[in-house]
Amino acid sequence: MILIDYDRCDYCGACVGTCPENVIHLVDTKLFIDNDGCTDCKICTYGCPVRALTFVEEPKGGARREKRI
Amino acid sequence: MKSAYDVVVVGAGPGGSTAARFAAELGLDVLLLEKRQEIGAPVRCAEGIGTQVLRRFIEPDPKWVAQVINSCRIYAPNGKYIRLEAPGEGLILERKIFDRRLAELAAEKGATVRCKARVTGVLQEGETVTGVTVNAMGQEHRIHAQIVIAADGVESQVARWAGLNTMVKLAEMDVAAQYLVSGIRLEEPDACWFYVGRAYAPGGYAWVFPKRENLANIGLGITPLHTIKTGETALDVLNRFMAKHFPDASIVSMVVGGIPIDGKTRPISKSGLMVVGDAAHQADPMTGGGIANAMIAGQIAAQVAAKALRNGDVSAEALKEYDRRWHKEVGRAFKPLKQIVEEVIEYPDEFFNELADQLHDRPRLNLVDVFKIALRASPRLMWSLGQLVAMGWF
Repeated sequence: MILIDYDRCDYCGACVGTCPENVIHLVDTKLFIDNDGCTDCKICTYGCPVRALTFVEEPKGGARREKRI
Repeated sequence: MKSAYDVVVVGAGPGGSTAARFAAELGLDVLLLEKRQEIGAPVRCAEGIGTQVLRRFIEPDPKWVAQVINSCRIYAPNGKYIRLEAPGEGLILERKIFDRRLAELAAEKGATVRCKARVTGVLQEGETVTGVTVNAMGQEHRIHAQIVIAADGVESQVARWAGLNTMVKLAEMDVAAQYLVSGIRLEEPDACWFYVGRAYAPGGYAWVFPKRENLANIGLGITPLHTIKTGETALDVLNRFMAKHFPDASIVSMVVGGIPIDGKTRPISKSGLMVVGDAAHQADPMTGGGIANAMIAGQIAAQVAAKALRNGDVSAEALKEYDRRWHKEVGRAFKPLKQIVEEVIEYPDEFFNELADQLHDRPRLNLVDVFKIALRASPRLMWSLGQLVAMGWF
């Protein structure tokens, strides 16, 4: 999953445009990622000018994993 | 805000406001929507534009022109520079004031302008876009439109919701970071400085765009492929650049963003919808400059909209005229421009160093001279440059 560091994010929208699944949304100055639709492709983390997005492995047995099964 | 308009324009940047202005001028009932609470802010731009192209739309006004540009310096990695004369050819804008002026112009022509109004979806009947849903101060509105013009920037959603693929591929994006800095002393406040070569900005270039003798936009654009390879972001590269070249600068504003840059011809309209500006990847693939192209596209979109509504035909086929005219007036230069860029970014830094060694003491150079010399050094550029010459460039 992708974590957003709101202390770094400058809400520029670069990640929104690059997301192949279109699951990143910019609402005013706040970025949201629908991690259920995220495929962990990490493209947004490379397009971010300020390293506000980082990929982290999901914790085992996390809520999302259960939902997938 | 009414529940139906002839044209709804989403996004009040230069592209959207220009579309709204000309659509209103052509007698259409226009609504211009801006999601932010303030038009023009935050600035996501280096604020440079060519004087001549701007004049097609608006006479430069000291209220929003920060600096008139008379020359350029192009720095090679070895610190030597080539000086190009360009008297009066460029302007550095105050986008905050400029953007608002363009929206005012739309309003003066009769368009309704609303800020803090976020588009949350598109209305469609079959394949035809028939309007948008808008959240304005927590209230959801359904607004019908004969034609929607999406000028909603790099983070564009309207076109994607309507089924046009405007996704930005990583390799086709310039990632940029810029500081507005004070406390510097520029030798020539009427000169734009460009820094080329990998040492400055991998896959892009760095710039100093002066706004006064002690105030300037200093920034750079890189390819995200550099970030994949090294982990270094655009802001990291900029911080490195600043530490080396402007260590004493004070930062009064930070600007970051992605610029969709591609050399492709892509569909930018469908039944009931036209896409303008960054949302349609219309920034110049060589310079990354997007203001003028967005304004040109906005004007074309307005004219096509007026014609379509006059004929009562907003079908995909009727609006295809927008694609055709954009391609003819601007878009067809993108492929050769992109090819030149792809060729030039592969050059080693020594190439630029040698060019600067040869040319740095030559007075009164212009861009054509530089291209001629580059051509001698790299004949592979011939085809792309030839295309541009055939289109009436230079």
